[in-house]
Amino acid sequence: MTTPFDYAPAPESRSIVDIKPSYGLFINGEFVDGHGKSFKTISPATEEVLAEVAEADDADVDAAVKAARRAYDRVWSRMPGRERAKYLYRIARIIQERSRELAVLESIDNGKPIKESRDVDIPIVAAHFFYYAGWADKLEYAGRGADPRPLGVAGQIIPWNFPLLMLAWKIAPALACGNTVVLKPAETTPLTALLFAEICQQADLPPGVVNIITGAGGTGQALVAHPGIDKVAFTGSTDVGKAIARTVAGTDKKVTLELGGKAANIVFDDAPLDQAVEGIVTGIFFNQGHVCCAGSRLLVQESIADELLAKLKRRMSTLRVGDPLDKNTDVGAINSAEQLARIRELSDIGEAEGAGRWSPECVLPQHGFWFPPTIFTGVTQAHRIAREEIFGPVLSVLTFRTPAEAVEKANNTPYGLSAGIWTEKGSRILKIASQLRAGVVWANTFNKFDPTSPFGGYKESGYGREGGRHGLEAYLR
Amino acid sequence: MSDRIDVRKTYKLYIGGAFPRSESAYSYEVKDSKGKFVANAALASRKDARDAVAAARKAFGPWAGRTAYNRAQIVYRIAEVMEDRRPQFVQAVVQSEGLTASKAEKVVDAAIDRLVWYAGWADKITQVVGNANPVAGPYFNLSTPEPTGVVAVLAPQESSLLGLVSVVAPVIVTGNTVVVVSSYERPLPAVNFAEVLATSDVPGGVVNILTGSAPTVAPWLASHMDVNAIDLVGVAGDLGLATDLEVAAADNLKRVRRAPAAEPDWAVNPGLDAMTAFLETKTVWHPIGV
Amino acid sequence: MTSTPTVLDDVTRTESSLRQFLHGLPGVDQVGAEARAAGLGTRSIKTSAKAYALDLAIRMVDLTTLEGQDTPGKVRALAAKAMRPDPADPTCPAAAAVCVYPDMVATAKQTLGESGVHVASVATAFPSGRAALDIKLADTRDAVEAGADEIDMVIDRGAFLAGHYQRVYDEIVAVKAACARSNGEDAHLKVIFETGELQTYDNVRRVSWLAMMAGAHFIKTSTGKVQPAATLPVTLVMLEAVRDFRELTGQMVGVKPAGGIRTAKDAIKYLVMVNEVAGQDWLDPDWFRFGASTLLNDLLMQRTKMTTGRYSGPDYFTLD
Repeated sequence: MTTPFDYAPAPESRSIVDIKPSYGLFINGEFVDGHGKSFKTISPATEEVLAEVAEADDADVDAAVKAARRAYDRVWSRMPGRERAKYLYRIARIIQERSRELAVLESIDNGKPIKESRDVDIPIVAAHFFYYAGWADKLEYAGRGADPRPLGVAGQIIPWNFPLLMLAWKIAPALACGNTVVLKPAETTPLTALLFAEICQQADLPPGVVNIITGAGGTGQALVAHPGIDKVAFTGSTDVGKAIARTVAGTDKKVTLELGGKAANIVFDDAPLDQAVEGIVTGIFFNQGHVCCAGSRLLVQESIADELLAKLKRRMSTLRVGDPLDKNTDVGAINSAEQLARIRELSDIGEAEGAGRWSPECVLPQHGFWFPPTIFTGVTQAHRIAREEIFGPVLSVLTFRTPAEAVEKANNTPYGLSAGIWTEKGSRILKIASQLRAGVVWANTFNKFDPTSPFGGYKESGYGREGGRHGLEAYLR
Repeated sequence: MSDRIDVRKTYKLYIGGAFPRSESAYSYEVKDSKGKFVANAALASRKDARDAVAAARKAFGPWAGRTAYNRAQIVYRIAEVMEDRRPQFVQAVVQSEGLTASKAEKVVDAAIDRLVWYAGWADKITQVVGNANPVAGPYFNLSTPEPTGVVAVLAPQESSLLGLVSVVAPVIVTGNTVVVVSSYERPLPAVNFAEVLATSDVPGGVVNILTGSAPTVAPWLASHMDVNAIDLVGVAGDLGLATDLEVAAADNLKRVRRAPAAEPDWAVNPGLDAMTAFLETKTVWHPIGV
Repeated sequence: MTSTPTVLDDVTRTESSLRQFLHGLPGVDQVGAEARAAGLGTRSIKTSAKAYALDLAIRMVDLTTLEGQDTPGKVRALAAKAMRPDPADPTCPAAAAVCVYPDMVATAKQTLGESGVHVASVATAFPSGRAALDIKLADTRDAVEAGADEIDMVIDRGAFLAGHYQRVYDEIVAVKAACARSNGEDAHLKVIFETGELQTYDNVRRVSWLAMMAGAHFIKTSTGKVQPAATLPVTLVMLEAVRDFRELTGQMVGVKPAGGIRTAKDAIKYLVMVNEVAGQDWLDPDWFRFGASTLLNDLLMQRTKMTTGRYSGPDYFTLD
């Protein structure tokens, strides 16, 4: 009889981060007190209060937009691209230099495992700034004519699932193209954005080029509706995306929306099964399933469904759920009590609708917000858990018999952000990929991101692309 | 003057490759630029719009699935057939827009040339707006444009032929299908155009033309959950209506090409925007290994 | 005769059924397999877990010398080291085995005696495997008769790459038969694939199943004479194969990565992989081995660091 190989706790040190008791708003290059109220940001893993953060009111939003406009008119839009590039390169380098600090802070505030913030989020953040820095003095080659011009001031609103990464996706292309920005981080995850403000100071970025205003939905609404902005970039829920589209109707504001999804991850009977299992796990349990492009619907060919599910369950049993700062944690904390309630509600509905619920045995911490990796089998297209975005570590398993049925089911959703295909047959990949109505198709892989690669949805998953040459279009005239 | 009584044409809608009257059985008087009665055109209803969307949806998959080369040939074929019926179009433009014959000829020429220009884009746009992306890892990564789907187009009110062609051709050449609401007061070139389409190898349902009132029909198209995008140029200058339509379009996040303050000059080189507004970028990843 | 578990009888009946089965195994996506291996490699094994892993790794080492310049003196020294890796620390466990050429088996056996440390011998025209079958079998019998507890045979890679799966299968079966001792016991058979020559993970998966169906007790990556030797992803694919084989047949087969594993850090990555891919049952010298020589000293240095709290140096460990 062998003894178990119990991994001892391997916590990343928190000492590298210095969280202040309270934060103001970052407007015109300085931290200032807001006029409004303040709110607390907590650690979802412990429910400990991390800091008090200002809630920007209409006057604060106005001040930020005005600062951005001044910086745009007087400095940033006039600066040669090669000089803007150097600021962005500086920022990229500082992010690399302070990467561990950023990773730890991200995991504390968001609840995601340190191995993800350390190996995925922060490296891609730096890469994103590095990539777009290089575009700043090459915009005439971007396919938008000989003299592409910036739009002006961009109002940017980002979600809580990849706080700093979404900031990078918004700010890097905007600045590279010569726009200035007012960015609102999500209510539950403001801290890395505020640290980013400090990085802008270290980089000597001219005041007003980047403004960070914290707050909740009301602050976001004020920003979107502000007449002084020329562009709205939003990542978040489809409902809010629609509200934004209505708000900007009839204006000249350019809009890009990166919204929800209910991606199908299609596994054919000739798939590389072990890698498919990894792709399914990455697809839905990466970042606790708080991923708009998560592969939340597994479509598996009936002939291999039992074998695949057995492998998947075995693999899920090795997932380590717990302390986000433990370097061996695979699945961290659910970001908020509110989100946890939503995941619970939809899971309960799934059970009530007759789907088979399964989670591996795992001991969840006493405090904080936790949900075990969960799969539902016997799900049909009519189940709510197969239609609604759960945004948590919950996978719905459906089966199909033929390629046509797989495509039909995959496309049978108002969303169209991403999809996965697993098969060893090359021609099938290309056929299915062309039939799927989704902006990103991962074949024999899943949840891969790169600054050079455009990302964005079809249908109700939004419009516009972030990343790559396409990502410039959102910020150029 | 001959004693012969001429045979007049009935101006109908064009839906799914057929020429129905409006299901509502309504029509409206079309007058020439001098106010003289020319014809009764079918007045499209919301149900006609619904039928047109269904026809466009049905046609979308097969049309998008054709080779770009084939779509190029078909759009070029439209130009060929138009050229063949040039006098008829010149007459319609003279009637509708009140231009002199020589000016109308120029407009018709420009419309035909525009079709030829767009036809050539069918198998080039992918190369111009697509990308191979050098991701930092062992992955093949390719971004290609795909048609958005069913596009509603409110055709310009003034430029009844060149404007119409300039908003329809870029939408279909990339593989979308379209439901067009023609100029209200100047619908006849659009009906002639429909007759050209019907004889130009364009599959039924790819272009559906509704004659009638944008303020009446457009709200149904803007709010229709099976329409993927809308071009509002036909309500240029009517900010209130344009805003209402854009709000309605948000219900399913249609791609909206906003209405300008005034109708644009259709003679200028259109660039890519009319095509890219109704294209989605699809990015496909695949590992590179042995 | 055959060693195939009964559920797989039909598979090994003919050349074509064997081919069909091997080519019907799910493919291995290279990038995905390597990403999974790299991901497991980021596990952070600290304190008590590290102490456990280091001792386990020491117990799994097949301390190896396979050189033309090997002498009885060298082999005796190696055997002594296998029994007492850290002479200064009696709590340090012994290695699993010493691994030598057949002509050194007697010497090794003599030194190791009843210590419990096994003698493993390479055989079958190691490392190339390019010899007639009767020579390979004689080579094997020679080592077994000299007292080898374990035989590390090489497959005929040429035959495998040419698609002559039946030939490879039959040869393993024949070598296994040659592992029988007159007293009715068997030397355990490890089958070396030389994965560096087979190149693709699809081949690694196929050859793993081929060897397991032919009755291998262990499947082993490499001879150590070809680069690349053992890698994490190759071992991952083999661990998946033994896991799936047990699922199907109920029989456990061991895995031995050999060559290129030089640091304790690397060894721990392998143990994490064993733990999370094949499962805890394989965390035992009976089911997992490291074919290595320099690895042992690094394990010992790390072990000393764990017990003393300071970094050690090579002068404090024997070179044998």
